[in-house]
Amino acid sequence: MKTIDIFQIILFIILLIGLTPLLGSYMNKVFTGNKHFMLKIFGWLERLTYKFIKVNPDEETNWKKYAVNLLIFNLIGIVFLFLLQTFQSYLPLNPQHLADITWHSAFNTAVSFVTNTNWQGYAGETTMSYFIQLIGLTVQNFVSAVTGIAVILAVIRGISRKTTDKIGNFWTDLTRSTLYVLLPLSILFSVVLVGQGVVQNFKSYETVQTLQGTQQVLPMGPAASQIAIKQIGTNGGGFFNANSAHPYENPTPFSNFLQIFAIFLIPSALTYTYGKMLGSVRQGWTIFTVMFILFITGLGISLYAEYSANPVFGHIPMMEGKEARFGVSGSVLFSVVTTDASCGAVNAMHDSFTPLAGMVCMINMMLGEIIFGGVGAGLYGMVIFIILTVFIAGLMVGRTPEYMGKKIGAFEVQMAILANLVTSFAILIFTAWAAVSSYGLSSLNNAGPHGFSEILYAFTSAAGNNGSAFAGLNANTLFYNLSLGFVMLIGRFGVIIPVLAIAGSLAKKNITPLSSGTFRTDNWLFICLLIGVILIVGGLTYFPALSFGPVIEHLLMNSGIIF
Amino acid sequence: MTTKQNKIIFDKKILLQAAKDSVYKLKPTLLIKNPVIFIVAIGSVLTSIIVLIGIFHADFSSFNLQIAIWLWFTVLFANFSEAIAEGRGKAQAESLRNNRIQTKARKISGKQEVLIFATELKKGDIVVCETGDIIPSDGEVIEGIASVDESAITGESAPVIRESGGDRSAVTGGTKVISDRILIRITTEQGNTFIDRMIALVEGAKRQKTPNEIALSILLSGLSIIFLLAVVTLPAFFGYCLNASGLPMSDNLTLPVLIALLVCLIPTTIGGLLSAIGISGMDRLIQRNVIATSGRAIEAAGDVDVLLLDKTGTITLGNRMATDFFPGEGISVEELADAAQFSSLSDETPEGRSIVILAKEKFNIRGREVHQLNATFIPFTAQSRMSGVDYISEDGKVHNIRKGSAEAIRTFVQNNNGFYPEIIQDIVRKLASQGATPLVVAEDNKVLGVIHLKDIVKGGIKQRFAELRKMGIRTVMITGDNALTAAAIAAEAGVDDFMAEAKPEDKLQRIRDEQKNGHLVGMIGDGTNDAPALAQADIGIAMNTGTQAAREAGNMVDLDSNPTKLIEVVEVGKQLLMTRGALTTFSIANDVAKYFAIIPAIAISLYAGKNAVGPLSALNIMNLASPQSAILSAVIFNAIIIIMLVPLALKGVRYKPVSANLALSRNLLIYGLGGLIAPFIGIKLIDILINL
Repeated sequence: MKTIDIFQIILFIILLIGLTPLLGSYMNKVFTGNKHFMLKIFGWLERLTYKFIKVNPDEETNWKKYAVNLLIFNLIGIVFLFLLQTFQSYLPLNPQHLADITWHSAFNTAVSFVTNTNWQGYAGETTMSYFIQLIGLTVQNFVSAVTGIAVILAVIRGISRKTTDKIGNFWTDLTRSTLYVLLPLSILFSVVLVGQGVVQNFKSYETVQTLQGTQQVLPMGPAASQIAIKQIGTNGGGFFNANSAHPYENPTPFSNFLQIFAIFLIPSALTYTYGKMLGSVRQGWTIFTVMFILFITGLGISLYAEYSANPVFGHIPMMEGKEARFGVSGSVLFSVVTTDASCGAVNAMHDSFTPLAGMVCMINMMLGEIIFGGVGAGLYGMVIFIILTVFIAGLMVGRTPEYMGKKIGAFEVQMAILANLVTSFAILIFTAWAAVSSYGLSSLNNAGPHGFSEILYAFTSAAGNNGSAFAGLNANTLFYNLSLGFVMLIGRFGVIIPVLAIAGSLAKKNITPLSSGTFRTDNWLFICLLIGVILIVGGLTYFPALSFGPVIEHLLMNSGIIF
Repeated sequence: MTTKQNKIIFDKKILLQAAKDSVYKLKPTLLIKNPVIFIVAIGSVLTSIIVLIGIFHADFSSFNLQIAIWLWFTVLFANFSEAIAEGRGKAQAESLRNNRIQTKARKISGKQEVLIFATELKKGDIVVCETGDIIPSDGEVIEGIASVDESAITGESAPVIRESGGDRSAVTGGTKVISDRILIRITTEQGNTFIDRMIALVEGAKRQKTPNEIALSILLSGLSIIFLLAVVTLPAFFGYCLNASGLPMSDNLTLPVLIALLVCLIPTTIGGLLSAIGISGMDRLIQRNVIATSGRAIEAAGDVDVLLLDKTGTITLGNRMATDFFPGEGISVEELADAAQFSSLSDETPEGRSIVILAKEKFNIRGREVHQLNATFIPFTAQSRMSGVDYISEDGKVHNIRKGSAEAIRTFVQNNNGFYPEIIQDIVRKLASQGATPLVVAEDNKVLGVIHLKDIVKGGIKQRFAELRKMGIRTVMITGDNALTAAAIAAEAGVDDFMAEAKPEDKLQRIRDEQKNGHLVGMIGDGTNDAPALAQADIGIAMNTGTQAAREAGNMVDLDSNPTKLIEVVEVGKQLLMTRGALTTFSIANDVAKYFAIIPAIAISLYAGKNAVGPLSALNIMNLASPQSAILSAVIFNAIIIIMLVPLALKGVRYKPVSANLALSRNLLIYGLGGLIAPFIGIKLIDILINL
């Protein structure tokens, strides 16, 4: 590694730790309805929104109503996005006259963008018109992200309130986080991206003559506005097929650094907001530390694997699938961050990474996308692991387990284990199905364990609502479009509903005051415990699957066999 | 206690019975109550069928047979742990029941005595018991005094005194009168007596899963399903790998291997021991002579974070003692002591006796017989709030000596046209502020001085409260004393808070307030007016000697009627929860090693190419001899760890009163880290043994 590589990583860490409390306390003000400077700019829009959708912003609901509102909102999103795609040719802003999209691809994409997965079975520049990119996909980039924030806000209220069944107003949470958090950040970020050379226009594609004398079509479009939210909202759906490897989407090492950082920005700051809203900043930092340790460990393994001498090719930087302008570190950091945070944007082909670096990406997603995780989603996923940890280990202090003074009973455990079960089910059963069926196997481009990894990666990515691809797998088939679409749905709502149920159940409980008999959830012991439970309960299930994929491939690579 | 416990665990008869019961418990309707073990049982059946089919097709596999045998053992060991936990109580219950069936009652009907079976007794019947008789049912002594051997239920061989009236009137059926004669009024219907309840409890007939057990069962079932997913998808993954390595599909994983993997991964250790832990928690309470009405109550005991403790008997010795005399102006201390002793000669209260003794010890004033001195004793009444003597002096005049509260004596002196001096008022105030009870002595219209009556705080109680504080439990002292006195005793005993001049309804209100603030409250009580508070508290322990109303309102009964028992009950509750948590952690941590045993074993042929072993054998970090012995070792370890942990489940993890953090670090180190490492060593050892 060169000094610049190390500098890049250290700068990343410093900025992460530095900006977390800044943005975190700002979001605390936004979500608790306190005064903040953005009210002057967008306050009128908030009031207008409530008037328009006829909602009383102060009227709160119980968890069931909250969940129903959320589901209806997301269902409308799916239907709307599905229809837009299937009637693309009739819609404006389509200079390339792109055709209507097949129903199963449209279904897959609709689900993918609504669930914050942004798995793309299609190639952006040859499939989607500007209209769909703007009105359909970009809009969902915003609202799918704030859906995640809304859920974690409900959870925070469930934990901090007592003896009530009200956990907030979904519409208020949605509006406030869009207007005061995502919108300002995205506007700011897209301006910076345009400055770095990301395209933002409505022109038709340009045809140029290359130096070799061949013709090349250069895609255009309103990319910067979509890419900003793609990173900030941990969406990851690229404007172009090559995603952040494309020079118009991610032109410079600096834009690359900012894009990586933008992924972690809100999920990391939310940990601080969480602590602040629960009245204990330490709790927030505890979660941050757990996430940070898991992130750094994964990054370390990936960097080690990528910088190690390759037994087949010797000690040269393995640049296959990587962009020369980002280098090994810029690509590895991106890959770890994007899989940690359920973003799914890529600036390199994960398929071409060493088996271990590829495995780190998979484990990051298998653990449930809780290493910073998707906006809001990472934190509520972490709360599930906290509940399991508190329940398993909390008994060892000799009291009914409790978290933040809330007793963890049968219902919470049931919901937490259900959320866990749903993702395991989605990943394992569908990977197994694809691994034995001809329509599953026919999409493979690689043999041996690497082919297996491709299938495993696809379903893991869909279940974790990540959306990144291992590539090498032709996923735009009927089988993969439908199965992955289904997996994305259960990976998203199969977790959200149990989480909201937990929030509702916790809100009803009384709060046991802190004492020296309380199981502490804000110290190093708890950090170690939580990591242990995440790895053993969340990760161990995938031990056999990983053994047959990346582990075997790594061992074979060491004896000189590659795929 | 430990030796006694060990004796019970390893009692041959119980072991034999438990072994029989573990086979009986194979009944599917019983097994299904424990989902984790039920899965193992299904696996055992399937594996056995495969072995039989193999024999039928002349394709016998000794490996499959061994797997089948050890899977059956896993189920049996789990059943055994439950059976032995029940057995310990059952043995006790059995002898109790025999006693009860044979016991005859001497019922008084009219003026006659009729001999009937104890089981025919009704509430309100009166029976007589003499030396050697077994008390036929629960009741209250209404006449006489007797020493009773309660070892049948308490295990304590020293006899106790039971007498009519007062605190020690309750007797329990099944205990034996060893001297004297008493009349007993039966207070409980048959079928609901103490012994009936105890039999039902220890036999598990009424045992229901507690809330925490339910939550834990859900977690264990959920984990089992997740591991089931991991195992059922394995042949698909494996098949892909076989295909990719150019091996025939017929090499795919066999069902017995998959079942073995599943059984190793699901939390069988805690699943198998869960009910044993619960039953033995109940058992440990019984050993401390406390009977809980439900397992839920024991769990709640671990959660209690506020204890309401009566001052008298719990924090202080029941009796106040005279420790000093403070004479008034112009009175010598001997004069005061003499008068005080004289007024107390016939006072049988402990306070009165202590005054006599103090006067004797300090000033060598001998005791006198009151009637020899032409004196009449005036006993204490609630109205006068004084006691004393009236005597006729040599000059024939009648004198009245009184001792009592400052207020009462002031009135007494002023009624006799006397004067209540300021200095006495000062002494009284000073003593009260020290937590003492000042007793003012007066003769006729003259105040002689003040006796210092002191509450004696029990030895070691302060340290006990400090321990409780470490465990995060707040203690609140309840007393009828005034605030000044209460504060002083509270400070001396080291309680966190106190309630002075508390009435029964204040107790109830206090409990409600604490509960509203999220606290769980424990209290112990005996009186009828304690009943509402006992019912409201999360843990209400009624003393065995207490009134029937109190015994019914609480969710536990303390046979020893020892108020400090509350603290022990809390400890039993905590220990129960800790044991559950420790074994759950242990069980889950075990999985890591099992993966490392089984995955390389089943994947040995994959991508092997020309080599004998494939690349995944690199994961065989324990260097187990062969794939078959690796799988077998894991299954055997999984089975015998259950039986090895039975003593721990029965005795509970070692308990120390420390803060949550310390307890956690300690248990985590032993059961978390231990659970991670132990199976690596265990499986390796078993592998070495079976390959000898």
